[in-house]
Amino acid sequence: MATVVVQRPKLKWHEKWFISTLAKGLLITLGHAIAILRGKKKVTMQYPEEKWDAHLPDHYRGAPALVTDEHGRERCVSCQLCEFICPPRAITIIPEEIPSTDPWAKVEKRPRLFNIDMIRCIYCGMCEEVCPEQAIFLRKDYAITGLSRAEMVHDKKRLYEIGGVREGLVNKWNDLK
Amino acid sequence: MGSFLDSINLAFIIAAAVKIVFFSFMVILPMVAYSVYAERRVSAIIQDRVGPNRTGIPLTLFGGKKDIALAGLIQPLADGLKFFLKEDFTPAHVKKFYYWLAPALVMVPAMMTAAVVPFGSELDLSWLAKLGVEGAWLHKPIKAVIADLNVGPLYIFAIASLGVYGIVLAGWSSNSKYPFLGGVRSTSQMISYEIALGLSIIPVLMIFGDLNLSKIAQYQDKNGWLLLPLWGEGLTLKRLVLWIPVFISFVIFVVAMFAETNRAPFDLPECETELVAGYHTEYSSMKFALFFMGEYAAMIIGSGLAVTLFLGGWSIPFGAPLGLGYVEGATPIWLGLLHIGCFLAKVVCFIIFFIWVRWTLPRFRYDQLMKLGWLVMFELALANVILTAALMVWLPN
Amino acid sequence: MSNTAVTAPASPPAVDLVNVQVNGVWHKFPKGTRMIEACRQVGALVPHYCYHPKLTSPGNCRMCLVEMGMPPRPTPGQEPEKDEFGMPKIGWMPRPVIACANTVAEGQGIRTEGKLSEEVRKGVMELLLINHPLDCPICDQAGECRLQEFSVEHGNGESRFREEKVKKPKNVDIGPRIRLDDERCIMCSRCIRFTAEIADDPVLGFTERGSYTTLAVHPGKRLENNYSLNTVDICPVGALTSNDFRFQMRVWFLKETKSLCTKCGRGCNIEISSRQNEVYRQTPRENNDVNSTWMCDQGRLDFHFVNSDYRLTQPLVKKSNGHHPTTWKLAVNQVSDALRSVKASEIAVIASGRMTNEELYLTHALVKSAGIENYDVVPRTGGGDDYLRADDQNPNSNGVRAIWGAEPGAKLPKIIEGINSGAIKVVLALGENLVKAGLEKAALEKLTFLASSHILANATAELSHVVLPAASYAEKRGSMINVTGRLQRLSKAVNSPGEARDDWEILRDIILAYAGSNGIHSVEDVFKRMAGDVEIFSGLTLARIGELGVQVMETGEKVPLLERERERKAKGIIVG
Repeated sequence: MATVVVQRPKLKWHEKWFISTLAKGLLITLGHAIAILRGKKKVTMQYPEEKWDAHLPDHYRGAPALVTDEHGRERCVSCQLCEFICPPRAITIIPEEIPSTDPWAKVEKRPRLFNIDMIRCIYCGMCEEVCPEQAIFLRKDYAITGLSRAEMVHDKKRLYEIGGVREGLVNKWNDLK
Repeated sequence: MGSFLDSINLAFIIAAAVKIVFFSFMVILPMVAYSVYAERRVSAIIQDRVGPNRTGIPLTLFGGKKDIALAGLIQPLADGLKFFLKEDFTPAHVKKFYYWLAPALVMVPAMMTAAVVPFGSELDLSWLAKLGVEGAWLHKPIKAVIADLNVGPLYIFAIASLGVYGIVLAGWSSNSKYPFLGGVRSTSQMISYEIALGLSIIPVLMIFGDLNLSKIAQYQDKNGWLLLPLWGEGLTLKRLVLWIPVFISFVIFVVAMFAETNRAPFDLPECETELVAGYHTEYSSMKFALFFMGEYAAMIIGSGLAVTLFLGGWSIPFGAPLGLGYVEGATPIWLGLLHIGCFLAKVVCFIIFFIWVRWTLPRFRYDQLMKLGWLVMFELALANVILTAALMVWLPN
Repeated sequence: MSNTAVTAPASPPAVDLVNVQVNGVWHKFPKGTRMIEACRQVGALVPHYCYHPKLTSPGNCRMCLVEMGMPPRPTPGQEPEKDEFGMPKIGWMPRPVIACANTVAEGQGIRTEGKLSEEVRKGVMELLLINHPLDCPICDQAGECRLQEFSVEHGNGESRFREEKVKKPKNVDIGPRIRLDDERCIMCSRCIRFTAEIADDPVLGFTERGSYTTLAVHPGKRLENNYSLNTVDICPVGALTSNDFRFQMRVWFLKETKSLCTKCGRGCNIEISSRQNEVYRQTPRENNDVNSTWMCDQGRLDFHFVNSDYRLTQPLVKKSNGHHPTTWKLAVNQVSDALRSVKASEIAVIASGRMTNEELYLTHALVKSAGIENYDVVPRTGGGDDYLRADDQNPNSNGVRAIWGAEPGAKLPKIIEGINSGAIKVVLALGENLVKAGLEKAALEKLTFLASSHILANATAELSHVVLPAASYAEKRGSMINVTGRLQRLSKAVNSPGEARDDWEILRDIILAYAGSNGIHSVEDVFKRMAGDVEIFSGLTLARIGELGVQVMETGEKVPLLERERERKAKGIIVG
């Protein structure tokens, strides 16, 4: 049989009637209280005054943002894979064709509209993972706030603002034609 | 008619009114508010946290550079304000009359019991005469108790047990399963532990031979606290031997009081894991706040009673030998105030103990609770009565 | 290649069956079946690019290579060896054969799985991908691309090619509706064969040789025939893309709804691709009795009005200072009051040949209950071609004939005359712009009451006293009878904008207001009534029509493109 007989600890009479156990418990909590009161232990960080920014690990996942490369090209080609993968459906993209007058016309496609609804975003990083163009990255910005819902929707301009320029990425479009 | 009006002691009425206002609105209610704050701060430091430390004077709202935090001492005010601003929602399925009545039935008995607890010795107001205040009443010191009843503890038990009606009505009138279960639990729990509570103070009353809480306090001031019989009559063999049953009584009394006030580890009526919030699940806004305040008020009065019965009430330790004792009609005003302060200090310590226990012990299972109440506390209290009686008979005075 | 006729449309003769072993299991197939089709029929799908059942099989992509074997010829006097099924044992060939251009034979063995087949596919995929650009993020074909699919299923997973890729023209404008990307082309030649064999407009061809082979349009010509967008459908990769659909939406977001094209009387079977209440494209759906797998560009692109800004979204009533929104109840009551206010002979109902059978039936019910004699639809003809397009531009003229028992347009001149002379005072126009149907604006202004239902705002709506917003073909359910007499079904792909309603609902409400309750609650109810009243529909329900429709009338009309296709199939040129 798959029954496991658990051996309960054998309690002495004073343990059974909560006498010694009660004292023991009270001493433990008292110990914690004293340690905190004497300032020997510090767990809580006083957030707005103290920040963790310097200690953020490299893999920290903050707000997603679009990046441009060292040539000033917006890397997003509007393949809409992030829109597809996004679990909370926070991303909305409307693609457009790059006009032939544009220096990067050979890339052909770019987003006309790229919105990330930061109220919906769950910072999962799927968009970064799925992006075939290394165009979207999760930055370390975490304090994304706004006074209205509309303010919490990051549009293309804002996303490039947060993302900035990223160098050293694969530039597969450069050797086209 | 005239003779009836004459028979009314106007000074007594005024003094009583002042005492009621002072004690319930300036002592008990602020204490309720600050016990909540203390609960949060103490629980925080026990759990290695900080607790509410920011609510202070919001100077930035008025153009200041920085808020004054005051270690979060304004938090109870903010809490109260929040309760007033919350939507006072009455669900459609409740029994309206009882639903509205229940919070009051929790709060009122808790406050009423405060009437007989002596919160100080007496206050000599004769110094007012020097300031030009006239009147014969000035020369008679005012007793620091609202109603100097001769049946104090009985009155307290009679009124305090009404509190269970509030909880039962809340549970029943909410017309919803969790409050109902909470109400049922609360009834049986409070009735079970009331027996132990009542029996536990019988040895004490036997020793004092009096039911007037003021006199009990005065006796302890003169002859050593029941739990600290180290001066006056307290140093006799009889009192020292009786310390044993008194201690047993004290333990039973404190445990039963935890159960009566629905405090952890006996907070089964509002056990969150099983009952959402127990009897007050359907309540919001100030109605919920009344339950909340009622619980803390009951805790404060209970502490006051325990202090009065076992720890000398307002008396200062070794007060009599040190000359800080109470002498009827000849206690200076500063000493009277010191006695009040001493009483409050003891109550505050007791409340902190309440909080400390709450954040240490896990909640009982219901069968454990009943077993402890009926199989241990009840028998122990009963045996303790007999033991005290035997000791009192056999021991020489 | 076998020249045996497999089937003839009229009465199929007895067909010889041959025993063929596919992946270890013996099956019987008609003689002359292509190996790829035989495999498909038993569920062993052979990957392919160039093969298309409606086109010839040049066998140039080499993707469908499979392992093949035949029983060895026994030496004289020797008994052939038998396997455990009592069939002759197969001697497997050391090299694979293409499954698309070879036919099955008695005792043949085919293995679509196994080391040899898998290795050759891997090899073919690697060669095809050598010069393929990494365009998928911007390629419209991504998601429905055969190269992507087979690369996942049969490809190597990584490239061993370290040299420079061959650069070819990209983003080439080869026609008004088509864009060519030569780097993506895998030289399957489907588009070349389509333009040459089906569309009779051979403007495409290959230039250069080897890895420089480039698909190009003939100098001085453009791919601009009315069937050009079919090349986009059959292109297995993203080399040919539609300008209309280009960069509009990724295909994996699209919801496909099986429906009908209502551009002409042919009723081509289509799939409407939509996302979030917006139609993005229409593609033909195979129906060998209507449109094979093709459709014309005109019909394919005729969906933009569904998303138009000119859609009517609210019932409107005309007041002295223009039209104002109202409720459906008030609008419908106003129409029924107007119908009651004059004699039946002073009323005309002008319906549309674009209405579904259900709507025509309810129109008929309305005119019968009101005793109206002046009712007709506006006929539209012209524009037919030698391929698929019918001369009748109304998609449901045969529905009018079947349900009303009247020839479309017979009474129309009389009605127009009546309106012009003032004999007709109240007109109900259902989905037709009367100004375009031969009526003068001045004559319409003289009417005491004009009510019309429209999809888009137009001149007639401008003149109407009551305007009722209607649903477009992509927003409603119903049935239509095409020019060859086939009853087919429309399906709802998107929701109507605003308060616009199906025509049958509008008519039902008018009948309700005019003649009282009629017990019709759904479009199925309408069809049920209709099946009871109209003989050719008896025994049918909307569900029983099915996705491919049923033949309910004999009109004698032939589809030129289908006729040629059957001919080629009979000759064994194509699989069909």
